[in-house]
Amino acid sequence: MIAPSKPDLVTVNIDGREIAVPKGTNAIEAARLVGVDVPYYCYHPKLSVVGNCRMCLIEMGMPAVDPATKAPIMDPATGKQKINWIPRPQIGCATNASPGLHIRTNTPQIKDCREGVMEFLLVNHPLDCPICDQAGECKLQEQSTGYGRGYSRYIEQKNVKPKRTQLGPRVMLDDERCILCSRCIRFCKEIVKDDVLGFIDRGSYSTLTCFPGRALSNNYSLNTVDICPVGALTSTDFRFKMRVWFLKQTNSIDTESSVGANTVVWSREGVIYRITPRRNDEVNDTWMADSGRELFKSVRAADRLMATKVNGADSTLEVALKAAGELLKAAIGAVAAVGSGRSSLEEQYLTKKLADALKASTHLVSRVGEGDKILVSADRNPNIRGALVTGLISKLPIAGDATPSSRSAHGDGGVAAPVRAGGLTALGAAIDAGKIKAVVSVGEDLSAAGLTAAQLAKVAIVYLGTHTNATAAAAKVVLPTLTVFEKSGTLVNQQFRLQKFLKCVPGVSGATEDLAVLAKLISAVGGVAVAGELHALWAGLAAEVPALATISFANLPETGLLLDATPYTALPFVEGETLHHKPAAPAVAKG
Amino acid sequence: MPAPQQRRIIFKHIDVPGYTNDLACYVRHGGYEMLKKAVAMPPATIIDEVKKSGLRGRGGAGFPCGVKWGLVDRKSGKPIYLVVNADESEPGTFKDRYIIHQDPHQLIEGIMISSFANNVKQAYIYIRGEFPHGARILEQAIAEARAANFVGPNILGTTYGCEIYVHRGAGAYICGEETGLIESLEGKRPYPRIKPPYFPAVLGLYQCPTIVNNVETLCHVKHIIEMGGDTYAKIGTPNNTGTRLLCVSGHVRKPGYYEYEVGKITLGELLNEVCGGPLPGRKFKAVIPGGSSAKILKFGETFTLKNKDGSSRTLTVEEIPMDFDTLAACGTMGGSGGVIVMDDSVNMVEALANINAFYAHESCGQCTPCREGSLWMKKITTRMVHENARSEDGALLKSVADQIAGRTICAFGEACSWPTQSFIAKFGDEFKAYPEAKKTPKADGALELV
Repeated sequence: MIAPSKPDLVTVNIDGREIAVPKGTNAIEAARLVGVDVPYYCYHPKLSVVGNCRMCLIEMGMPAVDPATKAPIMDPATGKQKINWIPRPQIGCATNASPGLHIRTNTPQIKDCREGVMEFLLVNHPLDCPICDQAGECKLQEQSTGYGRGYSRYIEQKNVKPKRTQLGPRVMLDDERCILCSRCIRFCKEIVKDDVLGFIDRGSYSTLTCFPGRALSNNYSLNTVDICPVGALTSTDFRFKMRVWFLKQTNSIDTESSVGANTVVWSREGVIYRITPRRNDEVNDTWMADSGRELFKSVRAADRLMATKVNGADSTLEVALKAAGELLKAAIGAVAAVGSGRSSLEEQYLTKKLADALKASTHLVSRVGEGDKILVSADRNPNIRGALVTGLISKLPIAGDATPSSRSAHGDGGVAAPVRAGGLTALGAAIDAGKIKAVVSVGEDLSAAGLTAAQLAKVAIVYLGTHTNATAAAAKVVLPTLTVFEKSGTLVNQQFRLQKFLKCVPGVSGATEDLAVLAKLISAVGGVAVAGELHALWAGLAAEVPALATISFANLPETGLLLDATPYTALPFVEGETLHHKPAAPAVAKG
Repeated sequence: MPAPQQRRIIFKHIDVPGYTNDLACYVRHGGYEMLKKAVAMPPATIIDEVKKSGLRGRGGAGFPCGVKWGLVDRKSGKPIYLVVNADESEPGTFKDRYIIHQDPHQLIEGIMISSFANNVKQAYIYIRGEFPHGARILEQAIAEARAANFVGPNILGTTYGCEIYVHRGAGAYICGEETGLIESLEGKRPYPRIKPPYFPAVLGLYQCPTIVNNVETLCHVKHIIEMGGDTYAKIGTPNNTGTRLLCVSGHVRKPGYYEYEVGKITLGELLNEVCGGPLPGRKFKAVIPGGSSAKILKFGETFTLKNKDGSSRTLTVEEIPMDFDTLAACGTMGGSGGVIVMDDSVNMVEALANINAFYAHESCGQCTPCREGSLWMKKITTRMVHENARSEDGALLKSVADQIAGRTICAFGEACSWPTQSFIAKFGDEFKAYPEAKKTPKADGALELV
């Protein structure tokens, strides 16, 4: 684990309480550390500071020094150094910690400032909370309750602005609700480098809009919805579907690439409604790609596998496992195990166990696309490094034989570049040579990864998977398993950061958790019995895998844990640079 | 006692019959001699002379010019820019326009001297969009000066060179705010920058150290070089040195441009003697002494000010000297020198409605208090005039203004709230009585609000 460098600490005084904070920390963040709430709208920790909302006004003072001698001037009443308070309130977002900085947030002047700003923000606001999708997670709502006067003195006509402007395929704008904080503009400009938003007109008639002929269509557009402090920007997909206070939040990981953006999955009664980013300053800051937000739709997709099958006929899990066990045992020595970079570390560990029990060769499907240099990396497998750590593979699958896969592309308007799956050339050759009689595929469509129908026909296939595809159709035994949203586990991202995802919704009827299926399959083929339950499994993992020695699933921090990457530095990983990842060596461009 | 005579330094030649704005005429009247003198001086000496002169900015804030130059970050290694603020937009102010129209070479000479003193290689004249004629005159004058080797590379045979560019605004008051101006010059919306960290002297145009000076201020630099800082400092009154241009408009017999030593003429002398007093049959009611954002003065009110020796003196409005410090002590400001006079035909509610409409229209919309507050105040005063007025509207107006002043990114917050604050403070009764007053017909000859 890499120790963070010790920042230069300075002592500041906030409402009479002293605290040491890194130099340059702004007053809002410093106050947060002592539990003092400084309200704000336009400030965002990951964007530039513009200071336009004026909600974070504070009183600021510095210790008095004699201008000539620089000696401290003492206050005889208190015996402490005198504080020179600036008469005008200052914005907290642009007030940075320096030695001796004093801040007051609880004075009558600051109360009046906040009441004033709240009143101003609401005079032209439609106050349509009952029909606003932001209700329940609206800063305007929260802070008017916390810092407003509670009544209005405004009797004039409110400004009228456009109510429904489609800024892009996924983002809808209600200009009347916009408080002109400019967070969305700064996000597009500074993070995505896709400068498409701006204000037109001036004063109170200022209106957010897209540049002429442009659209907010980049693959990060929904982050503007997340950071919009009010109900101005809403997601066309999510709006009016569900009140946010009914939703359960579960921490998860974006599995679309090896970046492993941290996410929150919002669900109610077993149904997922949306995915939003979860802050992790080492991985994804507070952002995620739009494409990753649609992944939950696979849970209730029409092509979901929900029936266990043996030779095409519906079966029970017990019967199917027995059939699979016999089928695989019969081919011992001529079995191939195809693991997946989409499986969790735990599943990869059991896949390895299964392969060992069958003396099977192991293969992994490569999945390579174009990296966007932000939060979608070239390696679209979220956990190829887990397969390395667990020993499922010792070298990376060769992506050179990749074929385009239609299923991997998601989103609309082609936001995600085509992804090519491959890496099974050696397996195909072995099948052709008659060396392989049976294949167990853990979640991978062999056909999409490059095997031909003729090759599939030559082998007996046991398929564990979530959705129907050519491999499921060709398989002798089909064992339906769960999507990432229906189970818990860990993934190792491109930084070798071990991160956990948690079960958000119950698994669909007819499908069984992958770990349980794998453990039973290992027993069925006569392997050493292993735990099929996550926490119990981790005891074995920690004992057997040196890199995981001190870790358990329960004690893994929400922000993940960096594993030692040194054994793998020579491997030709395909990732280029992304937000918080710089490859050690220049990435080898594939395909 | 008769009013003192004008002392024309900036306007020395302007309005003299036969004086034209071309280079030949300027040179015939001794033009560019001070530039020749300056380039032979060490730059630091020029800055010292400006510091000694006590010259204060003529754009509105009255910040000492030499101090401003002294704040410039000269160690960054970045280029230093000079930006000439010719966005003269403060209602009631029309002096810079006249300099540009009548004597553009005086400005260019001031720019070149100041640029030389501060090692500026590129100077920009940001001229407001409504001055197309002024921009053409400046372009023409710069071309002439360049042809004569006063502007451009290696001026006057030296190794020093500086280019001057004219940049036209698109018609926004906020572009007169120096950081808004810089944003506009960079091609962006003129949203004023937050200070800290964006002090122009350190992080100005293109994030480089930048000096922003008013047109009139830079013209004074030429005369400081001519007479020396110490001599210049003897003009006017202590800490309020030099002359300044006063633009008188409104209800006086002789409105116009006047140039006086700072503080050597009182408001009463200016209005009653120089400008010929009120229109026939009228009495002065109020005066805004420094552009529309300055707080209004009410004829009849008095100010008790402290003297340096601890004693105090009482001044009537007429006795206030037209300087920076006394006007500030009286709760208003010399501002941009735009003196707006109102006589007893003016209804103060309607006058404020006019001012509020201007500021609501000109608020850039960046920060909340000004954006929402300025329009709210406009809506209130417009409703008072054109629909139903309520006796409590005055108090509401003041409260709204109080929520703006001191809490915004730039000084526009004060600019838009000071008129309301001062109108209500001094003419509050008129606002209270307005609902009733509206019902009676207007006095003959009174102005109708447009």
